[in-house]
Amino acid sequence: MKNRSLVSIDDFSTEEILRILDLAEEFEKEPTQKILEGKVIATLFFEPSTRTRLSFESAINRLGGKIVGFSDSSNSSVSKGETLNDTILTVNNYCDLIVMRHPIEGSARYASEIASVPVINAGDGANQHPTQTLLDLYSIRKTQGRLDDLNIFMVGDLKYGRTVHSLMMAMSRWNTTFNFISPEELKMPDEFKLYLDNLGLKYYEHNDFTDIISKADIIYMTRVQKERFSDPIEYEKVKNVYVLRNSMLKNTKPNMRILHPLPRVNEIHQDVDNNPKAYYFEQALNGVYTRQAIVCSLLGIK
Amino acid sequence: MKEAKQMSVSAIQNGTVIDHVPARNLFKVIQILGLDRIDNQITFGTNLESKKLGRKAIIKISGVFFEDEDINRIALVAPDAKLNIIKDYEVVEKKVVVVPDYIVGIAKCMNPKCITNFESVITRFKVVSKKNVSLKCHYCEKITTQENMQII
Repeated sequence: MKNRSLVSIDDFSTEEILRILDLAEEFEKEPTQKILEGKVIATLFFEPSTRTRLSFESAINRLGGKIVGFSDSSNSSVSKGETLNDTILTVNNYCDLIVMRHPIEGSARYASEIASVPVINAGDGANQHPTQTLLDLYSIRKTQGRLDDLNIFMVGDLKYGRTVHSLMMAMSRWNTTFNFISPEELKMPDEFKLYLDNLGLKYYEHNDFTDIISKADIIYMTRVQKERFSDPIEYEKVKNVYVLRNSMLKNTKPNMRILHPLPRVNEIHQDVDNNPKAYYFEQALNGVYTRQAIVCSLLGIK
Repeated sequence: MKEAKQMSVSAIQNGTVIDHVPARNLFKVIQILGLDRIDNQITFGTNLESKKLGRKAIIKISGVFFEDEDINRIALVAPDAKLNIIKDYEVVEKKVVVVPDYIVGIAKCMNPKCITNFESVITRFKVVSKKNVSLKCHYCEKITTQENMQII
């Protein structure tokens, strides 16, 4: 995978995805080693995303790589009106790999075509965030021991949630059964359901999940944001339906784990945190190993 | 040669006739095919009566024979166009326009948050539906449907 970019999860074949996950497993055993010594990696965050940036920087630092970049475009040349084209062509000269977050959709694909070094998309607007998807896959495989034939519950905002769309598309490679639980206004868009129909995969849609929770292998929670509702009364009606509480977990499978891309607001009650089925903070840690695997793989080091 | 019918646009000896172009898209066809930048003789008529299109345009280009992949680029603006290849005043071949698998340039991505609407990027699309043409943007991965399609 040397010198390739990672813009969209579809850029990688199933074999390549599994190779990244295997590599991430190796890094989990030995997260601190000096294999990126002498490498300079640019982290260009045209919009702030502290969590993703820290995860990348931690991943790179632990491997001895050096980081240049910015965490907010307001104090960079972008605020002077520089085009993305020029920023990339310049930064390109200073580094071996670019990690980029940008609010405009398609910006990462464009950057990958301009840059002579690999580009990792750390989120381009509402479009793609493939390193999140890979760390989700890693977390699922690690907790379930496999990716095949799982029953995945996706809960909350399924209409605008970029992470659930990407994860759904990726998991559709492994004969997954999906349960989509969302308020009417935030249902999974038709184009994604059509995608599953074409693959012949099973999915079910619900407005509530207390009755069916015992079937889940993975519960993937997302935030239901007030500003997504055209009618505030609708939000008030549904906001508590999509909150996971410890009392709801009694009859769940022993292997079941709860994932969340974070940040969480109130959709997972804090009383869940001490339940061994709560996995979202470990999931964030897995992000470091997965990103180590991606960076080293694209640099041709591993 | 049969007499009677008078032609609105005079015949050519050798070249290509593009018929059944929607009148409103005549100049887009000219632009896409780069006819405004060549030295060949070109005659065209527009707002001609057409049972099928209402008002159509016709373009006759002397001494030019298009490759299929070039001519298919007009499929977005003139999907019903018919081509007659003329040699020595006779039609020697007829062609229709086929929607290609990929479209480079020509159309605008309808997603206002797409990079192609912010920087000078040549648009690129994969054609995901040919019947009711819809295009998937190579950059933002959003779909532009026929109703929302704007020609650059």
